[in-house]
Amino acid sequence: MSPILKGVIASQITGHLNNNSYESIATVTVGSGGAASVTFTSIPSTYKHLQIRTLYLNTSAQSNIRMTYNSDTAANYSWHELDGYGQPSPEASGTANASFMSIILGATGTTNQAVGITDILEYANTNIYKTCKTLTGADTNGGINYILFRSGNWRSTSAITRIDLTASAGNFGQYSSIALYGIKG
Amino acid sequence: MAAGSTYTPIATTTLGSAASSYTFTGISSAYTDLILVATTPPSAGGSVNLTMGNGSIDTGTNYSWTYLRGNGTAASSSRGSTDSRIFSGENATAGLQSNLIIHFQNYSNTTTYKTCISRYNCTDTVTQATVGLWRSTSAINQIRLAIGGDSFAAGATFTLYGIAAA
Repeated sequence: MSPILKGVIASQITGHLNNNSYESIATVTVGSGGAASVTFTSIPSTYKHLQIRTLYLNTSAQSNIRMTYNSDTAANYSWHELDGYGQPSPEASGTANASFMSIILGATGTTNQAVGITDILEYANTNIYKTCKTLTGADTNGGINYILFRSGNWRSTSAITRIDLTASAGNFGQYSSIALYGIKG
Repeated sequence: MAAGSTYTPIATTTLGSAASSYTFTGISSAYTDLILVATTPPSAGGSVNLTMGNGSIDTGTNYSWTYLRGNGTAASSSRGSTDSRIFSGENATAGLQSNLIIHFQNYSNTTTYKTCISRYNCTDTVTQATVGLWRSTSAINQIRLAIGGDSFAAGATFTLYGIAAA
């Protein structure tokens, strides 16, 4: 690591700190055949929060990644979004009594991807419904471009032990990467 | 499921005097994602611009960006294509505190363009979310933040973290 600075370095720390509160749980990297869905199972309840970091490629369609918990596909979800599409007036929308939550909105192509960071708060708390939030976006230099805030709710007090992610159209393309992390409380 | 601690500080710097830019170089490819956290008080005011590269900073028009922001009165969105930077924030007044968190996902892969996503907050001016694209399949091993037409004031901080996926 060799920082270059046009000024004075007052202090510098390189790699001597250790943060033990953020742990990698599992990662799925999609191979050449693509994948219709990605699933995390047997998620331990030993963390306070979960975070999903997504890089999403879809070669055939601009599509959403839909998320469900614990194999529940009934109308127990809701989600909302605030959208910036590079136009002067942002938009907002939402869906109640849905059978999934949309978290990531994708781009199309083999080199253009959407990225997103989804936080699932208090995922193992059996006293509350489960809420998540996502920051997601893609920019293809004049083609698809957007930045979205999204939130979602699952009306269940069950601890989340399984997460299913499904493309609303097409598949997760090769090199898509979905990584699940746990944050200790 | 495997589990392991991650989110490792790679480097951090506090400016002792004003500087027009700050560049991280020689970034290791040992991580999956990078997170850059900066406090960016300007000397006078200006746009906060992000560039990156492999071996050297790409100063060509190989960037594009889209933002969503609110300024306390109205929300707005804008975009820039074929640009020479990713417009990541905007300071309007000297000395205002601001912060910027940028996520670079799969920054060292050599098969896709690089997309980063960020949140910028400046007291009294704007809160902004930005997605930016660098049209290169090269791994990122250099990252630069600069203020257009101005300098970061003394006390600005720049910290780079690495996250390694299981």
